[in-house]
Amino acid sequence: MTTIFGASHVLSHLDWLESEAIHILREVAGQCENPALLFSGGKDSIVLLRLAEKAFRPGRFPFPLLHIDTGHNYPEVIAFRDRRVAELGERLIVRSVEDSIARGTVVLKSPNESRNRHQSVTLLEAIEEFGFDACIGGARRDEEKARAKERIFSFRDAFGQWDPKNQRPELWNLYNARVHKGEHMRVFPISNWTELDVWQYIAREGLELPSLYFAHPRAIVRKNGVLRPVTPLTPAREGETVEIVNVRFRTIGDITCTAPVESTAATVEEIIAETATMMLSERGATRLDDQTSEAAMELRKKEGYF
Amino acid sequence: MNRPESLPQIDHGVLRFLTCGSVDDGKSTLIGRLLHDTQSILEDTLHVISNTSRKRGLDAIDLSLLTDGLIAEREQGITIDVAYRYFSTGTRKYIIADAPGHEQYTRNMVTAASTADLAIILVDARHGVLPQTRRHSVIAHRLGIGHLVVAVNKMDLCDYAQSVFEGICSDYLDFARLAGIDDVRFVPISALKGDMIVERGDHLAWHQGPTLLEILENAPAAHTEHAEPFRFPVQYVCRPRQSDDPRLHDYRGYMGRIESGEIAVGDTVTVLPGGRTTRVVAIQQGGVSLPAAIAGQSITLLLEDDIDVSRGDMIARPEALPQVSDTIAAELCWLAEKPLDARRTYLIHHTTRDVRARLTGGMETFDLVTLHHVTTDTVRMNDIARVHFRLARPIFADRYEENRATGAFIVIDEASNDTVGAGMIL
Repeated sequence: MTTIFGASHVLSHLDWLESEAIHILREVAGQCENPALLFSGGKDSIVLLRLAEKAFRPGRFPFPLLHIDTGHNYPEVIAFRDRRVAELGERLIVRSVEDSIARGTVVLKSPNESRNRHQSVTLLEAIEEFGFDACIGGARRDEEKARAKERIFSFRDAFGQWDPKNQRPELWNLYNARVHKGEHMRVFPISNWTELDVWQYIAREGLELPSLYFAHPRAIVRKNGVLRPVTPLTPAREGETVEIVNVRFRTIGDITCTAPVESTAATVEEIIAETATMMLSERGATRLDDQTSEAAMELRKKEGYF
Repeated sequence: MNRPESLPQIDHGVLRFLTCGSVDDGKSTLIGRLLHDTQSILEDTLHVISNTSRKRGLDAIDLSLLTDGLIAEREQGITIDVAYRYFSTGTRKYIIADAPGHEQYTRNMVTAASTADLAIILVDARHGVLPQTRRHSVIAHRLGIGHLVVAVNKMDLCDYAQSVFEGICSDYLDFARLAGIDDVRFVPISALKGDMIVERGDHLAWHQGPTLLEILENAPAAHTEHAEPFRFPVQYVCRPRQSDDPRLHDYRGYMGRIESGEIAVGDTVTVLPGGRTTRVVAIQQGGVSLPAAIAGQSITLLLEDDIDVSRGDMIARPEALPQVSDTIAAELCWLAEKPLDARRTYLIHHTTRDVRARLTGGMETFDLVTLHHVTTDTVRMNDIARVHFRLARPIFADRYEENRATGAFIVIDEASNDTVGAGMIL
């Protein structure tokens, strides 16, 4: 638990981060009428669920879990998601990009293109359908420079847009979650965590993760220094060489835009050791969608992306 | 699962600090240098900024590009908002609040300072102590930051002259005495060359004191310096009545974070506003019972007697209660473009309590350079003013000087829902 307890009144860095996140989750519960927690089966949202347990048990979570399904997921992740939800006994809402495509609110340029960006449309539709006034997400400020400037309680207008120049000042630990009807907050309880903090917390809490996070052999092609997994959605193109390589995923999202890294780390401890000496940043190495332009994330966030 | 080997053996927790200075003081370069020399910059990020540096015709990597954020900022070459950066030394995790230094951005600095334990005030060795240096120092001090570090930068442009450094220290101390700032440390640095930041370098051999990073590593974290009274604002009440477990039908857990002080099972506590006194029968965190808990921990308290407690109430010890008051005097920093309207009712958010508030009596703005108060009838964005509020319901508060968590509040405009003011109770 608390290290150095008694001797000196200092919380270890993980205890400090955990405590801050629990405080944020309870503020959402205290201030918002109809929040939801975004759960994808990825490691950051798995951490969020543990934090929610610490914040609200023995009670139920004061919010449902929401997954925006791109339809391009690894089956292990979906199986993991459903098992975790069943263990927790909480309510899961799934809304899929597929349905938005059928409705015509998402229009694809090509049938197999990345649906990562289109999640924003489905998410905003779900927010409207259920009237959510807050969505809790696992984004972190160390992921990307637009995120570095985002508030913990981040206001979205009636179109779901983030306006970086017009954010509410956020002082002390006093959060202002007030919104008018149709507007909502995005809330990021692990804003101040780094990738290493997340892995150290996963280790300390003994959290289970989808197997994709650990080293395994996989067919890939190399492209501009990034490994692209070979899947039915992303087959090898002509002239590309398919290799079987030991890899693990550092982030998990839409199949078409999430790349693994070469690794032999098969346990959380080995991943921590690797992360501590890692030479590539998480998004740089693994997100094909953030490489499009230096400002890609900022532009997507303004449209309502997480 | 076992605790991993790679968790640090000594963990000095988290230190939050703020860097103040203008674009020209080399603030971005300093932050870039701290990140770079603590090996916190990853290869792909370095690759991007070295490309950009080359495109701009520079010979060396411009470390200031690391903190370059949004498109609008790059277009205008300015910083428009507070950004947060992270690095870790293995013994401590650091959160840097990077606040823009322009005069008109007092509100950003106040925001960044509100959560910081320490402030680095950057001074350009060629220019010495400027009005802006004084303004930043006064804000940091007023926001309750206990430790100020004056980093005299660009020593490389002054031949690393000891006399330049000592002259600036002496000027700053003259001002600090007037402003009532007593905990100041000085360090000569070159952010560009990396002297006396993480490494000592070869040019400042005359400096006997610690490097900037050594100062950060040894600075005390919040809540460690003096005993504070127990303050527990109730955030949320847990009543799992519908649970399948019959033992939980009468469960009432009061959830919140200990803002200051400590608590142990068996301690006597008083619940405000009711004033009823009872005992703590259990302290829980995530289903685990703890014998005691300290400031900063988010916990659940179970009380012996069945008292009506709800969000916004405050649990404290009977021998050291906060002030219960429906009028407050405060120093207010105005954050909104629309000036403070003395005729309007605002909402004050203090700990976990929201109350309506109206101004009463006169207002005085505080001049950050002359340190004088001047009577005024308007308070505009970036002004710091002394005001009085009458509250619709009492709050449970301490003076900000004595307790940051229970002395601070934000002001919300109910029409726009914006956060328009930041207040510190006098």
